Amino acid sequence: MAQSGSSSPVIETSDLSLTFETGDGPVHALSEVSLTINKGEFVSLIGPSGCGKTTLLRVIADLEQPTDGTISINGMSPHEARLKRAYGYVFQAPALYPWRTIGKNIALPIEIMGFSKEERAERVRKGLELVQLTGFEKKFPWQLSGGMQQRASIARALSFDPDLLLMDEPFGALDEIVRDKLNEQVLRLWEKTQKTVVFVTHSIPEAVFLSTKIVVMSPRPGKIHDVIECHFPRDRTLDIRETPEFIDVANRVRKGLREGHSYVD
Amino acid sequence: MLTSLWQGKTLPVLAVCAALAVLWYAGSIWLNADMQRDAFANAGRTDYTFSDLVAGTWSQERPKLPTPGQILVELNKTVIDTAPTSKRSLVYHGSVTVSATLLGFLIGSILGMGLAVLVVHVKSLDRSLMPWVVASQTIPIIALAPMVVVIMNQFDVTGLIPKAIIAAYLSFFPVTVGMVKGLRSPDPLQLDLMRTYSANRLQTFLKLRVPASMPFLFASLKVAVAASLVGTVVAELTKSEDGGFGARLLAGSYYGQTIQIWAALFAAAACAWVLVSLVGLADRVVTRAMGARP
Repeated sequence: MAQSGSSSPVIETSDLSLTFETGDGPVHALSEVSLTINKGEFVSLIGPSGCGKTTLLRVIADLEQPTDGTISINGMSPHEARLKRAYGYVFQAPALYPWRTIGKNIALPIEIMGFSKEERAERVRKGLELVQLTGFEKKFPWQLSGGMQQRASIARALSFDPDLLLMDEPFGALDEIVRDKLNEQVLRLWEKTQKTVVFVTHSIPEAVFLSTKIVVMSPRPGKIHDVIECHFPRDRTLDIRETPEFIDVANRVRKGLREGHSYVD
Repeated sequence: MLTSLWQGKTLPVLAVCAALAVLWYAGSIWLNADMQRDAFANAGRTDYTFSDLVAGTWSQERPKLPTPGQILVELNKTVIDTAPTSKRSLVYHGSVTVSATLLGFLIGSILGMGLAVLVVHVKSLDRSLMPWVVASQTIPIIALAPMVVVIMNQFDVTGLIPKAIIAAYLSFFPVTVGMVKGLRSPDPLQLDLMRTYSANRLQTFLKLRVPASMPFLFASLKVAVAASLVGTVVAELTKSEDGGFGARLLAGSYYGQTIQIWAALFAAAACAWVLVSLVGLADRVVTRAMGARP
């Protein structure tokens, strides 16, 4: 069943380019990236290191400025969208502040945004429940495992209920088993909250399992090589990875990655 | 008890202390021997034995190097036996020094933190102010102290304040340097996070930079409180009429009272140790509250 308003674009980029000037000359991190992400979609950006997937996410988040092309988020510039707190961002590392308890870390954005104390307490409680960390509110980050820390950082990103969730290889540093588990949790989260998610990864199974749309990127210069739609049922579980459909999509992604990869040998 | 002695720090510390004491007593013999021989010669004694000589070197009234025992006796006399209100009491002089030290430490810390905040937030000040901050510390304090005292005296600022100013002059520097480093210690990720929340500069400062700077701040405060004591003692060499350890050192050197000098030095060192320990305690309390691993 189609989501209500699933065709309204949340992120639109056209001919987006970003060139970093470095001491060794210009680096073309992004080259003519045109992409539309609709409301409620789960879009994975996949590609080898240096393909600009993280840069693209950072441009969407207004953490980097494009040198050419246009980008709009809900019809606004990334800067306006950032000021309107349109998105939650999950980084590669949990980046929890070590001097704050888990509860206080989750409350950090809503503290900055001026939510009342009661409202904060309520949202922290809900956030902890959402990422299954109830009971860990008073713990400090070092008392939690890496996976739990990353879950807390997801709760933090969701604390102010943004419609858009940007995730930059959030599970890259975790082991396979924890990663599988968190992938399922993220999927349930997405199903439950109906948010639009942009997810950077370099794991093919992760991308295929999670996404409604997989954007395969290639490096030097960073550009979009292929866009693969995949519509597995929303209530899918990890078992789906054994099905021929899943393997077909994974193979197409793998093929795309190979073609895009400019090996010099 | 015995095992904890072996495993803990107690035994190594005691061993080092014992070794130092042996060296010290030997040094006293070596340094004071000439004077003792002269003393025996003046008294017309030629039949003294080596042990007479040693006993003599360890009990002179104004030795070049007094023994630890002599210093402890002097400390006992001036700290415990003398009334704390007496000008001969080290407790009295200590309270004079410590009060100027604490005032100077307070001024220096506030000044140091203020400068650090300015340096971190105003780019032009980073380049224009920091060189002066560094240059200020290249002037020998011993040369600066009398001038500060004289100039302030001109404006009728006397008593505790001039000494505290000199103490502050020495103590603001480590605080500035440490705090600048601390305020800049958040990594790009932590700063990006603030940016994604559209936090303003004040929020980023209060919720990220300040808490991140605490370990750096406390490390510098420990240095600063010791420097503050040094500054006060130097100031007291100039302003000796108010008393204090510095005045005690000066009086001692006027009259060749080496035992008095060493006693004052030991008392000053003990005060510095207590002050640094107190800052260390505050450090532990604060970092524990901020989630540091026990």
